[in-house]
Amino acid sequence: MSTLCVPAHVPSVAEDCEQLHKAFTGWGTNEGLIISILGHRNAAQRKLIRQVYAETYGEDLLKALDKELTNDFERIVLLWTLDPSERDAYLTNEATKRWTSSNKVLMEIACTRSPKELLLAREAYHARFKRSLEEDVAYHTHGDFRKLLVPLVSSYRYGGDDVNLTLAKSEAKLLHEKISKKAYNDDDLIRILATRSKAQINATLNQYKNEFGNDINKNLKADPKDEFLAILRGTIKCLVCPEKYFEKAIRLAINRQGTDEGALTRVVATQAEVDMKIIKDEYQKRNSVPLDRAIAKDTTGDYEKMLLALIGQEEA
Amino acid sequence: MAASDELGAITKAFSGFGVDEKSLISILGKWHPEQRQTFRKGTRDFFIQDERKFERWDDRHVIQLQHEFLRFKHAIVLWTMHQWERDARLLKEALYKGPQHNVLIEVACTRSSEELLGARRAYHSLFDHSVEEDVAFGIHGPERKLLVALVSSYRYEGPKVNEETAKSEAKFLSGAIKGAAGNKNLIENDEVVRILVTRSKLHLISVYKHYKEISGNNLDEDLEGDLYLQETVQCLCKPQAYFSKVLDASMRPNVDEIKKEAVTRIIVTRADVDMKQIKEEYNHKYGVSLPNKIEDVANGNYRDFLLTLVARGY
Repeated sequence: MSTLCVPAHVPSVAEDCEQLHKAFTGWGTNEGLIISILGHRNAAQRKLIRQVYAETYGEDLLKALDKELTNDFERIVLLWTLDPSERDAYLTNEATKRWTSSNKVLMEIACTRSPKELLLAREAYHARFKRSLEEDVAYHTHGDFRKLLVPLVSSYRYGGDDVNLTLAKSEAKLLHEKISKKAYNDDDLIRILATRSKAQINATLNQYKNEFGNDINKNLKADPKDEFLAILRGTIKCLVCPEKYFEKAIRLAINRQGTDEGALTRVVATQAEVDMKIIKDEYQKRNSVPLDRAIAKDTTGDYEKMLLALIGQEEA
Repeated sequence: MAASDELGAITKAFSGFGVDEKSLISILGKWHPEQRQTFRKGTRDFFIQDERKFERWDDRHVIQLQHEFLRFKHAIVLWTMHQWERDARLLKEALYKGPQHNVLIEVACTRSSEELLGARRAYHSLFDHSVEEDVAFGIHGPERKLLVALVSSYRYEGPKVNEETAKSEAKFLSGAIKGAAGNKNLIENDEVVRILVTRSKLHLISVYKHYKEISGNNLDEDLEGDLYLQETVQCLCKPQAYFSKVLDASMRPNVDEIKKEAVTRIIVTRADVDMKQIKEEYNHKYGVSLPNKIEDVANGNYRDFLLTLVARGY
């Protein structure tokens, strides 16, 4: 569920644009005004604002934001202002350009988005980068990572709830077999994760637990330093329990553990209108402290204010 | 009509593609028992002399006749279908009847990105699975990766091509092909598959052009040793030549039913797309016009329907 708070009476688009333009003019920037407007508009409203702003002032709002803002605050405002599919295209492109084997963004976007959302992201990718997402992922990744990531970003999974339990049993057995042999990059293992519907995978993992006693991810922890295993575990988590995956990504970022420092910005910007409520609940459950308090403790200034606005904390 | 002409007409009515309904009605329908017997005794292909002294239908031919009578119906149904449903059903059929790798490659590579996406959507609706999960599950061996990736592709279709990249990828392919003795392991070369499976069609056409400049040969000719890679390149870079080649192979005498089905499939699926160019290619390559060839080998309603589609001028 979304945590975005849109006011009951929203000013007209023209007014919003005028206020934003005022926020940029003169000495310095009125960040508070930017947060109070953009931080409280949904995707449709933001799209309209961008359109009207460009028509009125002859400049893309994003360019103006890029000129005026800096650092973390700039990044979250820019990411937030983009259309969800443009945002995903931007993030995946960035991930391919600076890809390392610890990078989780490609997997995260490919697996947590619905089949339709992933398709829209691929479409937006064509429009913006004049190449397909899969060609860039294939080009910039290698080895087992490529073997997993290209099918993941190319998937267009069946979106229904239909599940074949017999198949789930046999594929659970297959997964267990491969994992026991430490054949983590096995063709069939990857085939199952990259092509089956999310409902089918969920059924398969339940069978796995019934039959073999453990959650599959427990069996994928043989080597804590193995980055491919980490991506496999992430894939599974993103496919069947994304809110747990997002909670962990935020927790590690806040605690400065792991390598994904951009996770806080990315997760909040991409999930605020999607699943942020569930993620907040997970965070509270796992850490015994509400997410907004953790963010307030760990971040400062306008960046902090924007994050808190997006996760629905009412302004003091 | 002279008796021998009548025998010839009825023989033809039962041979080739489709059946000649008019002749069967007007000639066969008026034949007396002796005339029919003359026919049975005279055509070794359709009838066998039974040991108990009568001429009986060869079962294989009766089974084939079922296909021939239904050929027109099949073409009509396929033609009337929404393109997405048509392609989804062709993909599904290709998987469980074979599998027919060539049809999977043909559909995945000759449709536009949006058309392939539509087919994938229809596949969800019709079969409650994604096409890639069925292809991955149903295909084994080294060609699986290629085929799954081909049906999953959503290629960029804009005009922008990076010539430098195309050139270096052509160079790479040239080296890879030279290095793989007899092309046996080429399909397992991840880089080769990456290029063919992810790059845009315009980019690949540029790669094809650079390859010719570098090696002096055509890329698809040099891929003779790996049928799947060769077909992939042909479908992506020169589909009309590919289609005219398959049409020719399908209309030869004594080909099996699976090959014969290609005629309906290609003419129905290309009639609104590039039939004009296919006709030109066909004529250029085989020295006879496609309509004339169809006249020659096909009969009745099926023939007339194909000719109508082929004449549409797209």
